Amino acid sequence: MHDKTLAELTRSLDAGDFSSRELTQHLLGRIDRLDGELNSFITVTHEQALAAADAADAARAAGKAGTLTGLPLALKDIFCTQDVKTTAGSRMLDSFIAPYDATVVEKLKAAGAVSLGKTNMDEFAMGSSNENSHYGPVKNPWDFTAVPGGSSGGSAAAVAAGLVPAAIGTDTGGSIRQPAAFCGITGLKPTYGRVSRYGMIAYASSLDQAGPMARSAEDCALLLNAMAGHDLRDSTCVQRGVPDYTEELGTALSGLKIGLPSEYFGDGLDPQVEAAVREAIKVFESLGASVREVSLPHTHYAIPAYYVIAPAEASSNLSRYDGVRFGHRCANPVDLIDLYKRSRAEGFGDEVKRRILIGTHTLSEGFFDAYYKKAQQVRRLIRQDFLDAFEEVDVLMGPASPTPAFDLGANKDPVSMYLQDIYTIAINLAGIPGMSVPAGFAGKRPVGLQILGSHFTESRLLNVAHQFQLATDWHRQRPALAEENT
Amino acid sequence: MQWETVIGLEVHVQLATRSKIFSGASTAFGAEPNTQACAVDLGLPGVLPVLNEAAVAMAVKFGLAIHAEIPEVSVFDRKNYFYPDLPKGYQTSQMYQPIVGAGEVEITLEDGTTKPIRVHHAHLEEDAGKSLHEDFHGMTGVDLNRAGTPLLEIVSEPDMRSAKEAAAYLKAIHSIVTYLGISDGNMAEGSMRCDVNVSVRPKGQEAFGTRAEIKNVNSFRFVERAIAFEVERQIELLEDGGKVVQETRLFDPERDETRSMRTKEEANDYRYFPCPDLLPVVLDKAYIDHLRDNLPELPAEKRARFENELGLSAYDASVLSATREMADYFEEVKDVCRDAKQAANWVQGELAGALNRENLSIANSPVSARQLGELVARVIDDTINGKAAKQVFQALWNGQGASADDIIEAQGLKQVTDTGAIEAMIDQVIADSPAQVAQYRDAEPDKRGKMIGYFVGQVMKASRGTANPQQVNELLRQKLDALC
Repeated sequence: MHDKTLAELTRSLDAGDFSSRELTQHLLGRIDRLDGELNSFITVTHEQALAAADAADAARAAGKAGTLTGLPLALKDIFCTQDVKTTAGSRMLDSFIAPYDATVVEKLKAAGAVSLGKTNMDEFAMGSSNENSHYGPVKNPWDFTAVPGGSSGGSAAAVAAGLVPAAIGTDTGGSIRQPAAFCGITGLKPTYGRVSRYGMIAYASSLDQAGPMARSAEDCALLLNAMAGHDLRDSTCVQRGVPDYTEELGTALSGLKIGLPSEYFGDGLDPQVEAAVREAIKVFESLGASVREVSLPHTHYAIPAYYVIAPAEASSNLSRYDGVRFGHRCANPVDLIDLYKRSRAEGFGDEVKRRILIGTHTLSEGFFDAYYKKAQQVRRLIRQDFLDAFEEVDVLMGPASPTPAFDLGANKDPVSMYLQDIYTIAINLAGIPGMSVPAGFAGKRPVGLQILGSHFTESRLLNVAHQFQLATDWHRQRPALAEENT
Repeated sequence: MQWETVIGLEVHVQLATRSKIFSGASTAFGAEPNTQACAVDLGLPGVLPVLNEAAVAMAVKFGLAIHAEIPEVSVFDRKNYFYPDLPKGYQTSQMYQPIVGAGEVEITLEDGTTKPIRVHHAHLEEDAGKSLHEDFHGMTGVDLNRAGTPLLEIVSEPDMRSAKEAAAYLKAIHSIVTYLGISDGNMAEGSMRCDVNVSVRPKGQEAFGTRAEIKNVNSFRFVERAIAFEVERQIELLEDGGKVVQETRLFDPERDETRSMRTKEEANDYRYFPCPDLLPVVLDKAYIDHLRDNLPELPAEKRARFENELGLSAYDASVLSATREMADYFEEVKDVCRDAKQAANWVQGELAGALNRENLSIANSPVSARQLGELVARVIDDTINGKAAKQVFQALWNGQGASADDIIEAQGLKQVTDTGAIEAMIDQVIADSPAQVAQYRDAEPDKRGKMIGYFVGQVMKASRGTANPQQVNELLRQKLDALC
């Protein structure tokens, strides 16, 4: 039951093999037994989940099942959920119970999905290993000595471990794609503006985007169908029709032009990762696609530009956590400044403080032009690189991460951690969609193939990934943990 | 030494939108604390702003009214600072690309001369909440009802040279925004506040002196008083060999002085940057043209029309066009009675006097413009005489009748113009006043003019004030002279 994809689960529910309540109970049981060590959830909502499952079963019995009716999933703890604790992985929000649902949550509920709870994450989505969570690190289900990636590490681990068939993540610089790669699942970061950000706790507003994390491209398509669309509450969410993302699944890949950015196959790329990715490219060639090398000349500016823009926005976005209205407040403040200083010093972790400091500095008088303005200019060049490449090819492919999942505690130095995102970060700066799909292993740790398209080509990306998954079974591999028939 | 004062104003006008600039919460004044603050106004995690189009339209209307350039693109920036009544830790404002570019406002000085004051730009921003320092026993209360209320900040060039000019400029802005209907202009409720930049320099010197900024002055009177104090302070300082420091000061109306709040060294670095949650505002020509075509007549245009087309004096035209309420009221009276001069006299005379006595604004006048117009019409068509008209006005003011005609009818105030009826009353008065008639007859002819007053009074009394005074005068003279 816990190994099935959403599409398979819907068939079982329709056939009456089991009910949504039975499925939900089964998964809640697995969470209770297995997540103590894995630590992929911050909050498990047993009662609400069972009530939602019952409602879903009733809807199905009444012939009113929607596309996701009765399907369990988990939400990264960055999405506000009414009456449920929403922490963003931070001590600052340890006591915060959101009074409203994020648009994405509202839409998934409306489609009938059953949320089992809120998944662990790097604090305020700042991190690439899930080690920056106030609630402790998450373990990689494939190897408990490895990180699951971040920041959506809890979502990726929960799906890989068979605790939930799908989860929702967010991606600001690779936070869906890198953990999906590390945990051997399929993840999609949609085009910026495709999915509403309302109710999603902001890290870097011009880069943040929510997306699905699941066991197949088909499942990602089903989830994106429910998540995408204009929202009057988010000005940056585009007014553009939402296609049925499952419609193109099944289109043959003959004639597809694939570009391999030479910058994504250079120094620092783990040879086993490269081998797996090149093997995957051969599969596409066998499916009728042509492959050529392309260049994204400004790639090496992506990390510096990102670490100016994202912290700048974050330093401002996180100002609201001041101990005045909600969130952590220090004990017995002597005056206002003391209240601010200690509430924030106690409420935020080191990486969050580091980025607030960087952002505050780069926006300061006298530095703004040299840092922020320059970074925005670089951002336009990076975007142009991609637009130029997509004049020549339909999709770009490469590794999602330079290495497979690294060991817990291995990257103590912030800069070496930042460099983990070298292949994912430019995509957020350009605003284009990207996916990571399982493409083999380096030892026992999974490798992710990244597939990129131009703005609003999610349908094509999902089909390209789907065709790969019809031809391979990397996405069907499960870690030993999940194979235990518990 | 002769000193010259240099003044620039930053006027914050609260726009009269129904909902806030970035949320759907109401902007109504005076609600219970924190009942008009939604998730967006509270800055809860995850919320996002959505720009209120009504605020954009109002800002553009103001720009068009001052003949400013309206840039095609304007951008919202975040102004970052911590304060308990600033929920997000930043104020969304416009730093680099404001919605209204350079324009000009004409002010009228007391001697009737006019002077153009340049406006550097005007930008949209959200208001903060209110910190309440009283009644909380060592703590501070925060009311976020006002948080997110749309403000238009109008920044002038340093073109004013006296407190009077500054006050005239503020009045001109007040008049424009109330004419446009983009603000209620209620200064007591904080709908218009201003920051005043003041410096002095030796007369003839070109370079500006160091300025002080006086924050949050909220009445025409306070602006004059704050400037007067500040100018004196700066001159005294300079003449004693001191230096003016660039600083922010607060005006204390109780003690009639300004006090230092913070110096330049203590000033915040606001770390402005474009708000990534809001798209640039792009205005196309059709949108701007539509707003321009639907602009109401503005104070300057109205004043000119009152003078040139209605034949009012410059003084009357300027008083009657000072506020939109006043102008609208006057125009309705004029339309009903069809005589601009009579309408102007009544609005500025009887009505203004009564309003002043009871400290009412024209918007709260118990006598409507239509009622007053109908009353004036009855004076013009001789239905009643001037004395009766004052009686009718008082009755309307006291709510003793729905219209002038009702009151004239009910109180029998219709003017008697029937010669026979007046003659009968005169005959009676003459018959009843033999002594006075004898005095009149014995008086020198050139003294008789004054003595006729007694008889007029008696006849008017007999008619309960309704006899036409000119007719009474004329007929009396004829009859009395016939007796001599």
